[in-house]
Amino acid sequence: MSDTVLSIRNLSVEIPTRTGVVKPVDGVSYDISAGEILGVVGESGAGKSMAGNAVIGLLNPPAHIAKGEIWLNGSRIDALKGEAMRRLRGKEIGMVFQDPLTSLNPLLSIGDQLTETMLTHLPISRAEANNRAVAALEEVGIPGAAERIDSYPHEFSGGMRQRVVIALALCAEPSLIIADEPTTALDVSVQAQIIALLKRLCRDRGTAVMLITHDMGVIAEAADRVAVMYAGRLAELGRVRDVLTQPQHPYTAGLMASTPLASAGKTRLHQIEGAMPRLDKVPDGCPFHPRCTYAESKCRAAPAPQISQDHAACWFPLMAEKVS
Amino acid sequence: MALISVKNLTRVFDVSKPWLNRVIERRGKALLTAVSDVDFEVAERSTYGLVGESGSGKSTIGRMLVGLLTPSGGSVEIEGVNLATETDAAKVDAVRSDIQMIFQDPFASLNPRWRVRDIVVEPVVARGGDATGLAEKLLEQVGLSALDAGKFPHEFSGGQRQRICIARALSSEPKLIVCDEPTSALDVSVQAQVLNLMSDLKDNFGLTYVLISHDLTVVQHMSDVIGVLYLGRLVEEATPEELFNNTKHPYTKMLLEAAPQMDGFGREAELPEGEIPDPINPPSGCAFHPRCPIAETICRQERPLLRQVGNARVACHLAQ
Amino acid sequence: MTELSDHKVAPKVAQKSRLRVFLDSDIYYTFRRSPIAVISTIVVTILILSAVFAPLIAPTNPFNPASLNLMNGFTPPMAPNAFTGESFILGTDDQGRDVFSTILYGMRISLFVGVAAVLFAMVLGITLGLISGYVGGWTETIIMRVADVQLTFPSILVAMLIFGIAKGITPIEYRDQMAIWVLIIAIGLSDWVQFARVVRGATLVEKRKEYVEAARLIGRKPYAIMLRHILPNVLSPVLVIATISLALAIIAEATLSFLGVGAPPTQPSLGTLIRIGQGFLFSGEWWILLFPALTLLTLALSVNLLGDWLRDALNPRLR
Repeated sequence: MSDTVLSIRNLSVEIPTRTGVVKPVDGVSYDISAGEILGVVGESGAGKSMAGNAVIGLLNPPAHIAKGEIWLNGSRIDALKGEAMRRLRGKEIGMVFQDPLTSLNPLLSIGDQLTETMLTHLPISRAEANNRAVAALEEVGIPGAAERIDSYPHEFSGGMRQRVVIALALCAEPSLIIADEPTTALDVSVQAQIIALLKRLCRDRGTAVMLITHDMGVIAEAADRVAVMYAGRLAELGRVRDVLTQPQHPYTAGLMASTPLASAGKTRLHQIEGAMPRLDKVPDGCPFHPRCTYAESKCRAAPAPQISQDHAACWFPLMAEKVS
Repeated sequence: MALISVKNLTRVFDVSKPWLNRVIERRGKALLTAVSDVDFEVAERSTYGLVGESGSGKSTIGRMLVGLLTPSGGSVEIEGVNLATETDAAKVDAVRSDIQMIFQDPFASLNPRWRVRDIVVEPVVARGGDATGLAEKLLEQVGLSALDAGKFPHEFSGGQRQRICIARALSSEPKLIVCDEPTSALDVSVQAQVLNLMSDLKDNFGLTYVLISHDLTVVQHMSDVIGVLYLGRLVEEATPEELFNNTKHPYTKMLLEAAPQMDGFGREAELPEGEIPDPINPPSGCAFHPRCPIAETICRQERPLLRQVGNARVACHLAQ
Repeated sequence: MTELSDHKVAPKVAQKSRLRVFLDSDIYYTFRRSPIAVISTIVVTILILSAVFAPLIAPTNPFNPASLNLMNGFTPPMAPNAFTGESFILGTDDQGRDVFSTILYGMRISLFVGVAAVLFAMVLGITLGLISGYVGGWTETIIMRVADVQLTFPSILVAMLIFGIAKGITPIEYRDQMAIWVLIIAIGLSDWVQFARVVRGATLVEKRKEYVEAARLIGRKPYAIMLRHILPNVLSPVLVIATISLALAIIAEATLSFLGVGAPPTQPSLGTLIRIGQGFLFSGEWWILLFPALTLLTLALSVNLLGDWLRDALNPRLR
């Protein structure tokens, strides 16, 4: 394996509420290597975005990192505050959010935003920055980049805006990109373009990517490895092909089977009974046990094993032949 | 017999700026043709899937079907009655009670200040019907508990709320339910539960569905016939088998190719070209021609009409 | 926020008792944690209760000439009168009326006028706001233009104008009787605009929501949709404005009365008392002015603080 860019160890995020402390992220560990795309997948409330926000230091108080370590390129960043974190965010970590308008300043032309970002973080001249801005826009596939550099965000369509955001995220040459549902607001045809673009650029530059999404199909096509989250915990970690074709965790297996695609030709979809527990009502033991058809007394009693390697957080991982 | 018959359905929205701005800026009115010349029929007890991306007009069609919007042209006939022109109030009322709708956003479609019981039976109460015990019965039929009737919507998760919406839709014993993106706000595992519930209810109550979605896989799973929309026009209509195995329209091909696939590990999809054009100034001829890999001169000049090709109806000059 | 509604518009039997629901609610929790809210609630409650039960609390009825003794005039607070030896907590005014009692009775008038004016403004504003938001078109344009025009005038000016017109058309013998009601209408009419604006804005948001479409779909009539569906959902900002308006209305009433166009001397409000009191300020009888003024300040300030807190509590996004 190549160099580890991001390493999360036993990360827990806590939010104190008046009825007690909830843990939207609970003991999560994973690594992302240079040039690798790690898909973080889970249903709403699984903690996938919260983990990403913890990495970039954008947790909304009173949410805070309660435990664990975050390492970026060999230095520990979970305790960084204020200015140091801001600098790191622009320089080492690029961000792409669901709604491109939240990442773009509506009052500045996209050219200004690109050059400003580069001048802040890279030792280059303004002229050089201008040239690079045009090149960056060309690279993300904006037609007529040289003419459109003085346009404002509202003059672009949703897909084009997301391209600009990607150019902006990549222009300071960060080593990690965090993409939180980057294509959820886009149409299918545009989504394919954006995913392909993200994939190509990061491969070429060796940028590590944390791709947070709820869409298994996007994960399958874009990611190298996948982290499946459930109720704030990591349920399964592994190579995409392994996890999606031979899931070891019953939750992953159920999730895969319940997509309409997997049930092609059947009249009913596979269904996991019940719903993900609310964060203040996560059951003891393995959080999935009330919905799990394989659960035994051990699952109710002891918390599932925590994982950092490619494995399922399950006492009785499924073997390939058990999956129907 | 067809329950719904849609003929030349057209809807134009006036999206102009206010009158004073138009005078000052010397601009004419801006008209957006959201739906243009759409024809289809839906057989009783079948599911008709309408699929398309944003701006395809699928939701506008759904709202015209249930009478929330009036057509600018063409007609919608349900059980032979055109709701927009029918003058016999009794007939209109009879047909209205046969139509219900399920909405996309389960958080906005339930009045947060009402108890679930009152929400579910409103369609009956509004007509002065007797609703004693009805809410409890319906809630159990959609997989909730009768005790839930006394709660407020905020006590439920997204999937449970959608079940409440379904219970409300069922309360007036409709024949037709128009489902506008019923599961796109839901997680995959909850989506499976809701879709299964919808299938069961369809069999039990003999319902007809019009299922509107941007998700090809959902439409494929649920529908008997699928209509593909692009910029307000029906471009292809076929059974799911036909549509997915013997795709005829280049736009449908592009959609199928672009949709993420569960087994497409590291797949480099053939990327769609361009984006959906501005619906206020749609391209000439076939609206898809600027993005179409096989477009010819005729595609730029002449709008293709929907015609029978094999087992499908296709609006493409070059389809065969 | 939704929990608050539980005990307000709950139509059917609750699962939990309403008190329990309220005690469990977020709003009660934030209330408990805000000393300002707790203190101002206590102060407002004490003031309202003492105004309501003024006849029981007040040592004398200041408007009963039989109980007055002119010899008691200008008694300083907490000191025995030079002639009669009687002593009064807050002293007496020129006619020997107990200031404490006049304040209690004056507060009754002030609160009554304030509450009635706000209720009037609220009903008018909500009705016009709902209609203009839901119906739209020309109806909306006309209502909101009228509101805009009225907003360009200071509300006290509008109130004085209305008061003047009303006084002109009432026969002289009814003037004193009518004064309070005219005051209520004048303040109410000068205050409906903000209710209408807020309700219209909230209605525009709510009417696009799908639950309203679901109601339209089954053939509910517009008035039923406005009253049963939209109204309960636009009430929380109204509650905030009503509270803050109450403070403003009390001050507006006091201002008008101070200017001599409000409550008549036969039914003095806090404003009237202040006007009477300021005549004696330079002759050394400071208590006649100070205590009514302090009461007005406390009342208006605590109602206002309560309104501020309510706004923050009901609108977590604004914090």
